[in-house]
Amino acid sequence: MGVQKLPLAKAINESLRKALDTDPKVLIMGEDVGKLGGVFRVTDGLQKDFGEDRVIDTPLAESGIVGTAIGLALRGYRPVVEIQFDGFVFPAYDQIVTQLAKMHARALGKIKMPVVIRIPYGGGIGAVEHHSESPEALFAHVAGLKVVSPSNSSDAYWMMQQAIQSDDPVIFFEPKRRYWDKSEVDTDAIPAPLHKARVAREGTDLTLAAYGPMVKVCLEAAAAAAEEGKSLEVVDLRSMSPMDFDAVQASVEKTRRLVVVHEAPVFLGTGAEIAARITERCFYHLEAPVLRVGGFHAPYPPARLEEEYLPGLDRVLDTVDRSLAY
Amino acid sequence: MTVESTAARTPRRSSTSGGKRASAKKAAPKKSTEPQLVQLLTPEGKRVKHAENAVYDSYVADITADDLRALYRDMVLTRRFDAEATSLQRQGELGLWASLLGQEAAQIGSGRATREDDYVFPTYREHGVAWCRGVDPTNLLGMFRGVNHGGWDPNTNNFHLYTIVIGSQTLHATGYAMGVAKDGADSAVIAYFGDGASSQGDVAEAFTFSAVYNAPVVFFCQNNQWAISEPTEKQTRVPLYQRAQGYGFPGVRVDGNDVLAVLAVTKWALERARTGEGPALIEAFTYRMGAHTTSDDPTKYRNDDEREAWEAKDPILRLRTYLESEGHADEGFFAELDAESEALGKRVREVVRAMPDPDLMAIFENAYADGHALVDEERAQFEAYQASFAEEGGK
Ligand SMILES: Cc1ncc(C[n+]2csc(CCOP(=O)(O)OP(=O)(O)O)c2C)c(N)n1
Repeated sequence: MGVQKLPLAKAINESLRKALDTDPKVLIMGEDVGKLGGVFRVTDGLQKDFGEDRVIDTPLAESGIVGTAIGLALRGYRPVVEIQFDGFVFPAYDQIVTQLAKMHARALGKIKMPVVIRIPYGGGIGAVEHHSESPEALFAHVAGLKVVSPSNSSDAYWMMQQAIQSDDPVIFFEPKRRYWDKSEVDTDAIPAPLHKARVAREGTDLTLAAYGPMVKVCLEAAAAAAEEGKSLEVVDLRSMSPMDFDAVQASVEKTRRLVVVHEAPVFLGTGAEIAARITERCFYHLEAPVLRVGGFHAPYPPARLEEEYLPGLDRVLDTVDRSLAY
Repeated sequence: MTVESTAARTPRRSSTSGGKRASAKKAAPKKSTEPQLVQLLTPEGKRVKHAENAVYDSYVADITADDLRALYRDMVLTRRFDAEATSLQRQGELGLWASLLGQEAAQIGSGRATREDDYVFPTYREHGVAWCRGVDPTNLLGMFRGVNHGGWDPNTNNFHLYTIVIGSQTLHATGYAMGVAKDGADSAVIAYFGDGASSQGDVAEAFTFSAVYNAPVVFFCQNNQWAISEPTEKQTRVPLYQRAQGYGFPGVRVDGNDVLAVLAVTKWALERARTGEGPALIEAFTYRMGAHTTSDDPTKYRNDDEREAWEAKDPILRLRTYLESEGHADEGFFAELDAESEALGKRVREVVRAMPDPDLMAIFENAYADGHALVDEERAQFEAYQASFAEEGGK
């Protein structure tokens, strides 16, 4: 393919296609992933080209989907399962947490669980309830799972390849409101390691750390701040578990200020972990406490309020100002 | 069929069928030949009585011309409401709509079978049942417009909130019914769900609990043949109503496009429940005429022939034919109903357009019944943050 500009959803589609093509053990499973190509069309055309044995429309049963994926993995397959929306992963949460996450450890390392669970997540598309949530902290908290989220097409393409090749279960959070955003993918590139953070924009006055859907907001905030003469660095974390604290530390040692941005509720969220670790690691470098911008300790609101609920430019810049005021 | 080919190609090491592709294929049950439907009104609008339906027939034996016209009116108005909601979505007034087009008889027949003190647990498509329960249809639109997550008080009409997570409500219905039984009350509970939902563990667990505790709950599965893009064969290899047998309660398949038969069968099941005979499963065999929701594109997975075949079984047309052939309704009735439909459409349109966006602070409302210090803190911070814009603007 070479270098191409692709929407994020299409990049994942191409990545899944490549995986199906190169490894006969790779399977795609989920609700509506076949003829329909998934409700977001991420698996569009895959069943047509690889058949119903490889791209499997499952019954409407999330516990069943993940539970059988575990069995298939035990039998040597590499299932990539789709959960239709964030809020529908919970019927499968038991299988993910009590079984998938712990299987390798319980078997004294003798068995591997190369299962990828794709979850379109986050808000901003005007959906009804259970279609806009960001439950990543609930998974990152569980030992045995790896949790990642791309923010652009290139990462979507490469991180999916790496997730499928991983022998550990990977929860692959796809920022659904960025599905249609186009950016460049180089299919011949040598990708960065799956769990390495990336400096998405260099800056000197403050570090914004984000992942998935919020990276774009942070880049916009940095551009807006630049007009006011403030130089913000944006770190795209890419992986929540493991988290690349070294990258954040390096950035904070340079800028001395950190604001973490995510859509999920702030309370006990991934930002809390980053704040704690960075405070520990960079105590003497910090000019201000690590601040967080994110969701509230309240149910995700109805669509007409989500633009207020979700961190936007204003809330990010407001928090940047608060940090700079210390 | 697709299911068979999957079964056939799955290598089996040890199996009673010898592990050969051919025998695996043979061992797989065939797609069911259509079992008998309970039907009292044929697609041609003829009233029929079958010997084996006698028990159900008795539940509508005394139905009057007035009752029949009322059922017809319910279906027509529900369809009109649904059509209005669909166009409102197209006009950008609603974020999403799940149409019930084609399922009017299943919903009105079952909804009208319920008693006021019965309790109903819907999914997200039961607009016709809501209508029967006296929920103002405009109340259903708030969540689809994105101004709230519910929009009505479930206690007012014993009609629970819509549930989006597939199958969850079947357990709530069962628990509620267990409570009804504990209270010694003689009401019943009815839980709606789809053929797709029948695959969920929650539904299986609801069947188990309801059977074990003999809960007065009726499971009403609207088999509209599709779960988004997946046909019923992707959920089950036996006719759905037969599932009940394995749990120890009766299952019935009813023509879901026959309002009379649905009314009768649901009355039968609710009465059983009320008199302590426990749960029952009704499979209303029907068809989703439209898309799954306004976000769906059915041309990707189903063809027009199928839709056309089902159009011939339209639930509203067949009752109209019957009403006319029996002389139960005249031109005047239909003309009046047309006018009433238009008026309903107009009212729905006006109410939706006038729905205010929720107050910003509604984000924090009702997160807890007893309050929560963290929510209070965040609310105060957010309020101050919003106020800072007003100040800036004011300067
Ligand atoms: C637990 C869960 N998984 C997936 C979904 C997404 N989803 C919404 S409706 C639907 C299909 C449901 O089909 P069925 O149960 O047959 O009911 P119908 O919509 O046809 O009335 C799916 C997969 C969901 N809402 N909840």
